[in-house]
Amino acid sequence: MTNPMPDLGMIAILPELVLALLACLLFVLVPFVPKEKRDLLGYFSIGALIVSGLLIIPLWGQNVSAFSGMIALDPYALFFKVLFLIIALLVILISFLYLKIERVHLAEYYGLILFATVGMMLMPASSDLLSFYLSLELMSMSFYILAAFMRKDAKSVEAGMKYFLTGVFTSGLILYGIAFLYGATGTTNLKAIQAFLSQANISGSPTLILGLILLTAGFGFKIAAVPFHMWAPDVYEGAPTPVTAFLSAGSKAATLAAMLRVFVSGLSFSYGTWWQFLWVIAVLTMTVGNISALVQTNVKRLLAYSSIAHAGYILIGLIAASRVGLASILIYLVSYIFMTIGAFTMIILLCRFNSRGDQISDFRGLARTHPAVAAAFVLFALSLIGIPPTAGFVGKLFLFNAAIQGGFYWLAIIGILNSTISLYYYFKIVMVMYMEEPQGSTPLSFSPPLTVALGVMAFATLFIGLYPEPLIRAALQSIQLFL
Amino acid sequence: MNGFGFPLLSLIAYTPLIGCVILLFLNKDDHKKIMYTAFGVAIIDMLFSLLLLLGFDSSRADMQFVEKASWIPTLGVEYHFGIDGISLLLILLSTILCAIAIVSSFTAIHERVKEYYVSLLFLQTGMLGVFMSLDLFLFYIFWEIMLVPMYFLIGIWGGGRRLYSAIKFFLYTLFGSLFMLLAILALYFLNRNPAYGTGEFTFNLLELSKMHLPLWPFQFWLFLAFFLGFAVKVPMFPFHTWLPDAHTDAPTAGSVLLAGVLLKMGTYGFVRFCLPLFPAASYYFVPLIAVLSIIGIVYGGLVALAQKDIKRLVAYSSVSHLGFVMLGMFALNPQGITGSVLQMINHGISTGALFLIVGMIYERRHTRLIADFGGLSYQMPIFATFFAITMFSSIGLPGLNGFVGEFLILVGAFQYNKIYAAVALLGIILGAAYMLWLFQRTMFGTLDKAENKNLLDMNRREIAYMVPLIVFMFWIGLYPKPFIQIMEPAVANIVQKVNPDWENKKPMAAEKEKDLIAPAATEPQAAAPTDGVEKP
Repeated sequence: MTNPMPDLGMIAILPELVLALLACLLFVLVPFVPKEKRDLLGYFSIGALIVSGLLIIPLWGQNVSAFSGMIALDPYALFFKVLFLIIALLVILISFLYLKIERVHLAEYYGLILFATVGMMLMPASSDLLSFYLSLELMSMSFYILAAFMRKDAKSVEAGMKYFLTGVFTSGLILYGIAFLYGATGTTNLKAIQAFLSQANISGSPTLILGLILLTAGFGFKIAAVPFHMWAPDVYEGAPTPVTAFLSAGSKAATLAAMLRVFVSGLSFSYGTWWQFLWVIAVLTMTVGNISALVQTNVKRLLAYSSIAHAGYILIGLIAASRVGLASILIYLVSYIFMTIGAFTMIILLCRFNSRGDQISDFRGLARTHPAVAAAFVLFALSLIGIPPTAGFVGKLFLFNAAIQGGFYWLAIIGILNSTISLYYYFKIVMVMYMEEPQGSTPLSFSPPLTVALGVMAFATLFIGLYPEPLIRAALQSIQLFL
Repeated sequence: MNGFGFPLLSLIAYTPLIGCVILLFLNKDDHKKIMYTAFGVAIIDMLFSLLLLLGFDSSRADMQFVEKASWIPTLGVEYHFGIDGISLLLILLSTILCAIAIVSSFTAIHERVKEYYVSLLFLQTGMLGVFMSLDLFLFYIFWEIMLVPMYFLIGIWGGGRRLYSAIKFFLYTLFGSLFMLLAILALYFLNRNPAYGTGEFTFNLLELSKMHLPLWPFQFWLFLAFFLGFAVKVPMFPFHTWLPDAHTDAPTAGSVLLAGVLLKMGTYGFVRFCLPLFPAASYYFVPLIAVLSIIGIVYGGLVALAQKDIKRLVAYSSVSHLGFVMLGMFALNPQGITGSVLQMINHGISTGALFLIVGMIYERRHTRLIADFGGLSYQMPIFATFFAITMFSSIGLPGLNGFVGEFLILVGAFQYNKIYAAVALLGIILGAAYMLWLFQRTMFGTLDKAENKNLLDMNRREIAYMVPLIVFMFWIGLYPKPFIQIMEPAVANIVQKVNPDWENKKPMAAEKEKDLIAPAATEPQAAAPTDGVEKP
């Protein structure tokens, strides 16, 4: 394909490249660092993320493609690169003490997180189905290991195995879908697919539709959309909690970001077909996720179902596929990562040497013993429900905005009914925290990095809720290239 | 702008919030300091709100003390405060009741004192914000924010089935208000359509009420969505079931604010948003709302008669009283709306006072069952006097505030439909029945229960916070003119918008015409622009 834009080559993926190299270096360093100083490698990985972040600065505002159109370096990709670096940073910050308590403080953990981050950063930047597939695999492989990281814990191993099996199956589906799309259009480059579809009127062709279905199913598995969600609760429950947070924030955001690019920039000419699939999936995902969450007693499972439901909300934006709709996905994802990692941080705090801390009853009386922590959880819960003045409200407002603007009234109504349902189970935890007596007095697992992360997340949740202007601007700017 | 040269409304709205922050830094075991700080903040806020009276020009119908600044420019959201006579009265009611609610809690709350006063003050900011906001987005934020402290007030310091009541309150209100949110968003987009609105991105209420929306489908559905949001809060008949639970289980101060101010947010919402935004639909839905209100009036009264718990009885009486407020408002004439707004204030004062009285008795005896009392007037004469005045005010005895409001409402309703007014009268009789019967069973008779023989009469603090309410009962009852004068231009403004030719409508006969005329009168206006949309 002829490309009028200059090919930047390696420069275009410099942040990812450096991050990957530093991750390799980390693996090399592992044997040389004594056991009691493994924290240093954690800080090394934080340094690596920051270096990668600094390298993004000179690339800011670029809009070019590299590697013969395989990788795009545009505001959209950059937006997500920054987002994934933040996610990884938060996840590492909340991991330190947890790993020690679970007795799996191995430095490989940090390396794997960095690799997964590289994969995530490349996913929304992929402007070709094959490069997308490769980055997806890089991310997924790291996650398979991370999920099973507590290797002596049966649940964690089960989670790893389950995630691996469904993940591999998903990869197969996606690859098969890509093959069909290639068959229908003769290319895997998204721009070329778009160009082809705009000329040839084949939106009803069975090959294209089959490819679409397979691709949608594959994406559906990765974002845990109903009916492809079966793996999520078990994996989320079994995996180490920081990994669960990473999975539910990072993996989901990366897949949705890639999905948006594939569907909007590559396949927008078959919109008429795919919005109907997505409509059904979105409604099922919201409803099943929320209703299943109602009966959970394990907070990790509860958050797993809530995370399923949130994927459903986000799909509203993709269905509307308007300017507001696309921007709403970005806004919601940013809000979502802070509130969801924040909520998982609560479980990490409660995870002490003598208790797992993931039952609702473990939250009993937390407001008495740790008022600030309880207040932070209330903030995250309000945000997850979508009550102002929190980030979640701004996100939901944009999603519903997009639905109303696009005339998807039923989708909006189902969305608000689901928000009402979600109030019940989030506040079940709040109720236990505030209205029941505390039991036991084991101190929470506080560590300085975790406190910093918690503070940052609570601040971000509130700040975005009160002054979303900068985020909205950034989101609108990032999706400009799809319009 | 106002004559004070500084944003007085924001100052009033955020003073309690600043109080919250101050409280957070106080030692949580120093209860006295916390209580007095909270009370001080509430008093200061009340004084600030009284300043509004000085600067308020009651001859103007437009918004005063306006504060306007851009907040989220990409969405067109503005920070926009402003008040007219109706909001002014409700703001004063809120600040006064909040101060009283705080004093009334001094001896009632011993646990988690700091969190309690933080919640109360936070709630106050939410309530005041609702009455001041002129931007729908800002309004929605305050509207939702205030659910959270109320949830905690009921859930932590409540009694009975407090957990159930708290979450029920939250779920019901959230359910209704989310529909309102969708309607707000729909309005926002409709305004961008040049055929209906100004084509701008705005949530500004004053701009949005200039839109020309056709009754069908826009006003019809949007009105229903707003209706759901507000009717749950009022609460109107089929949506009222959260109210008895929440009222009964909330702590005294919570019930006072719930009855006194929170319910008014629903009725205020109708007056401030539904009527000006959807005049044709308001007109169209008058029969529905009138019927629901009347059902509420009669049903609330009947159920109140059957209650064994004093607080539950008062709660059901609220359902009945709020039915009057809604009936008056949807008579859509100046008398009805004036009466309705006045009755909002009256209900806040008298039901607030009733809850305080129930609170006093509960603090002494730790029971609220009517059967546990009897002959208290011998033991507690001062208490009995205050109770009697409050009760008469609630019944609507001439000379007290309830009478003026109910009278105006009935005048309004009578012009609209005689039968409705007649059935509503039944509600007043029922009101007299359950209140007098309650008074008789608790205050009169023989003082036969041993526990009741040592009850202490009201102390000075209790008298001190009841007196202002009693003063207002007499003031509004004997000389309501200043109150009516303040809201007159605002009410006239709303009537002008919703029902400009109310004077020509003959009572009775007009009712049937209305259904036919209303849609027809609005459709020709709207039909033209609709065509315009389809052409390009």
